[in-house]
Amino acid sequence: MTQATPTHTAASVPLVDGVQGIVADWSSDQRAFKNVPWGKAMMWIFLLSDTFIFSSFLISYMTVRMSAVEPWPNASEVFALTLFGKSIPLILIAIMTFVLISSSGTMAMAVKFGYEKNRKMTFILLLLTAALGATFVGMQAFEWTKLIHEGVRPWGNPMGAAQFGSAFFMITGFHGTHVSIGVIFLIIVAIKVYRGDLDNERPGFLTGRKGNYEMVETMGLYWHFVDLVWVFIFAVFYLW
Amino acid sequence: MAHAHGQAHDAQGQQQAHAQGQQHPIGIYLKIWGLLFVLSAASYAVDYFHFQGYLRWFLIIVFMLLKAGLIVAVFMHMMWERLALMYAILVPTLLLMVLMGIGALEADYTFFTRTVYFVKGLL
Repeated sequence: MTQATPTHTAASVPLVDGVQGIVADWSSDQRAFKNVPWGKAMMWIFLLSDTFIFSSFLISYMTVRMSAVEPWPNASEVFALTLFGKSIPLILIAIMTFVLISSSGTMAMAVKFGYEKNRKMTFILLLLTAALGATFVGMQAFEWTKLIHEGVRPWGNPMGAAQFGSAFFMITGFHGTHVSIGVIFLIIVAIKVYRGDLDNERPGFLTGRKGNYEMVETMGLYWHFVDLVWVFIFAVFYLW
Repeated sequence: MAHAHGQAHDAQGQQQAHAQGQQHPIGIYLKIWGLLFVLSAASYAVDYFHFQGYLRWFLIIVFMLLKAGLIVAVFMHMMWERLALMYAILVPTLLLMVLMGIGALEADYTFFTRTVYFVKGLL
C-alpha cells in the first residue's frame, strides 16, 4: 500500500471560511474535506449512514407504539430494580447511561493524549474506555436475562402490547452489537498504541495502512457515536 | 472554528493535516463530561419524580438534544471542523424529520382503523 504523494498545490490557494468556503471546498480539486485525514471523513460518512439505520429503528418503534391498541408496558416499572429492599425505577438504565458517558469522556481524553504522543496515557485511557464499554454490555446482558425470565419475547409479553418486545430486542440488541464491536476495536487500537505501532508507522495487519495517531481520533468518533445513539434510545425508549 | 486550524491556511494538504490533528486543552473535555453527567441526572430525575404530559416531553427532548449536541460538537470535534464537513454530515439528518412525520401520520391512521374495526367495545 503506497501512500499518495502529497501535492503542494494547496499552498497557493488559501482556504476560505463561511458559506463561500463550502462552495470553494466542494468545488476544489481532489479533496472536498480540507484539514481532515481521509479516514476521519470516511468514518463520518459511515456514521451518517448508521444514523439513518438507528433512526429507522427508532421511528418504526414510534410508529408501532403509537398504533398499538393494547397498553404499552411502563418502562419505569419494567426496568426497576430492587436495591436495599427498595424498588428504584429505571436505576439499571441510569447506571448504564453514566457508564457509557464516562467511557466517552475517557475516549475524548485518549484522543487528546494520542495527539500529544503520550503513549502511556493513551493506552491506559483506551483500556479504561474498553473496560467501561464491556461493563455496559455486561449490564445489558443482565437486563436481557431479567426480561427474558419475566416472559418478554419478540412476539409478546405479559405486561401489554406485543410490539414492546420486538422493539426492545431489536433496538438494544443492535446498539449492544455496536458497543461490543467498539470494545474489540478499542482493544486492538490500545495494543497498537502500546506496541508503538502508531509512532513507528507500522503497517496494519489487515489493511497495511501505516499507523498514526489519527486512528485514535477516528476510533473515538465511532465510540462517541455509540454514546450518541444511547442518548436517543434512553430518551425515547426508556423515558417515553 | 478558528483556533485549532489557525495555521492551516498554508496547508500542504495531507501533510499539514497529519501534523495538526485536533488538539484542545483537557479542561474542555472534563467540563463537557461533567455537563453530560448533570444532564443525564436531570433526565433521570424527570422519570424519578413522575413528571407527566407536555412538561415531561419538553424536558426529555431538551435534555436529549443538549446531550447530543455536546457530544457531537465537542467530543466529536465537529465545532472545529470546516463548514463543508459540518453541513455534509448534519444537513442530511434533517431528512429524518420527514420520515418521522410520515411515521406519525401512518401510526395515527393505523390506530384509527384498529380501534374502529378490531377492538371490541371501544366504539
